[in-house]
Amino acid sequence: MLKALEGSQAIARAVALCRPDVVAAYPITPQTHIVENLSRLVADGEMHTEFVSVESEFSAASVVLGAAAAGSRAYTATASQGVLLMAEVLFNIAGMRIPLVMTVANRAVSAPLSIWNDHSDSMAVRDSGWIQLHAADNQEAVDTTIQAFRIAQETELPVMVCMDGFILTHTLEPIELPAQSAVDGWLPPYQFSRKLDPGDPKSLGTLVAPDFFAEVRHSHHAAMIKALDVIEEIDREWHAFTGRRCGGLLEVTGDPDAKIGILAMGSTFGTIETGMEHAGPDTGSARLLKLRAYRPFPAEALRKAAEGLDHLIVIDRAISPGMGGIVGTEVAAVLADVPGAPRIHNHALGLGGRDIPETIYADLMATISDPDAPAFSVFDADPEKLDPEDR
Amino acid sequence: MIEYRIHGRGGQGSVAAAYLLATTAFHAGQMCQAFPSFGAERRGAPVTAFVRTDEKPIRLRAQVRAPHYLIIQDGTLLQDAGITAGLRPGGGMIVNTTLPSEEIAERFGCRALSVRATEMAVEAIGRPIPNTALLAAFLSATGLFPIDSLNAALRDRFTGDMLERNIGLVDQAAKTVERDIWKEPANA
Repeated sequence: MLKALEGSQAIARAVALCRPDVVAAYPITPQTHIVENLSRLVADGEMHTEFVSVESEFSAASVVLGAAAAGSRAYTATASQGVLLMAEVLFNIAGMRIPLVMTVANRAVSAPLSIWNDHSDSMAVRDSGWIQLHAADNQEAVDTTIQAFRIAQETELPVMVCMDGFILTHTLEPIELPAQSAVDGWLPPYQFSRKLDPGDPKSLGTLVAPDFFAEVRHSHHAAMIKALDVIEEIDREWHAFTGRRCGGLLEVTGDPDAKIGILAMGSTFGTIETGMEHAGPDTGSARLLKLRAYRPFPAEALRKAAEGLDHLIVIDRAISPGMGGIVGTEVAAVLADVPGAPRIHNHALGLGGRDIPETIYADLMATISDPDAPAFSVFDADPEKLDPEDR
Repeated sequence: MIEYRIHGRGGQGSVAAAYLLATTAFHAGQMCQAFPSFGAERRGAPVTAFVRTDEKPIRLRAQVRAPHYLIIQDGTLLQDAGITAGLRPGGGMIVNTTLPSEEIAERFGCRALSVRATEMAVEAIGRPIPNTALLAAFLSATGLFPIDSLNAALRDRFTGDMLERNIGLVDQAAKTVERDIWKEPANA
């Protein structure tokens, strides 16, 4: 049934539908409402879960690592500094290939302190070996959360569900939550092939000498590449089951014949779509690429989606100082050896919660015909606020 | 699409007001979106919240820059520069204040309705949370969504005595403004 729900509340309920055995989390803005709601569901007896209140994100990640390794379905959520404090454990979780689900309520990283949205936090652990899926709206966040438990289990890889802090977590909108019986039928009980079991003792995450480390990393990379098909297939199954899909790896909408494309990840996508709908005839239409799977990176899907484009504008909601855009750099790398590949125009937008208005669509489109437009920019930085020498 | 901006102070239920208005629209069969914009998360600090309602799903995630309506939860915020920024021509503002409507209308050059929402809230629910009374008066004046939809939204949030008191407050506050006085929609 469709209900008007706050994003965080819907995520908590979606997690509850997946019946995790263990939830451990430490509150941090803008993730707080997710774990508050989970804690309430447990306290009210609506969710039969061991809820472990921990003293830090390092502990939260450690608790769910142990729980999942011992054969429990486990979940955690965090944001920003919380992701950074977890970082060491996140690499451990991924390296041990533990099936876990974590929500990241994407938020900027200090300093300067910002509680507002951008993607710097999940980008900081981009290379940890977690699957990273981005939700464009709260329905996708809910559906992706449930899918994530299946993906984690089938790939034996941890899955990070990224949703824009405040912009999604604190937005109330109509959201469809599946029935418990439906989720019970769709999501099999938790299993982990290398479960810690006193009857069949084994070690996880032990010392690996140089004679095997390269093979471990090779296999991890191969497992991530294999996960591409799993992510796509599970979204297809979800579509057959619920009638809704989240866009698989990379969804293409907008004008298929357009020569200009715009690629965005997360909640920015809806604003771009609306901007295109309302733009004047002079602005022109674009092919819109919604990148849902950021890790593993859907290189083949991107090459196909970019076919026939002359220009591709890539929006980053984070920056790699000294390089520029992160998604933009990767998109350029993937398309580098494609004959006739589009020219990449990379712009960072909405850093630290800077509001992205719908006029951004026309503003971005206008850069294509501007010979002076830089290949990378912090697009919405206000020159008036910069030191003259930084402009 | 109709866009609304709510101004209040931390602790006054401004985010709740946005959620209530959006949920009211939802119960009236509309699509909706409501979200806050926090500055300092503390009591007394100015808080802004945004609402959109439409027949169609809402994909836009930007803050509301050109609202059709302003809902001001605290009369002292009328002193803030830019409180009416972007208000559409023909739009209206409803304010929790003891000042007369005419005075606000004249000062800001727009339609204005004053509601003694704090007073009514203290009496009905024992707390100075003006959101329910303001929304009831707003719906009564605009006729945008049925009052029953607001009551349905309240039922999603409250139970028991607090629900009854809020529903009583809706009934009382709705009567304090002339019904459908803003019936013709704000200029889209």
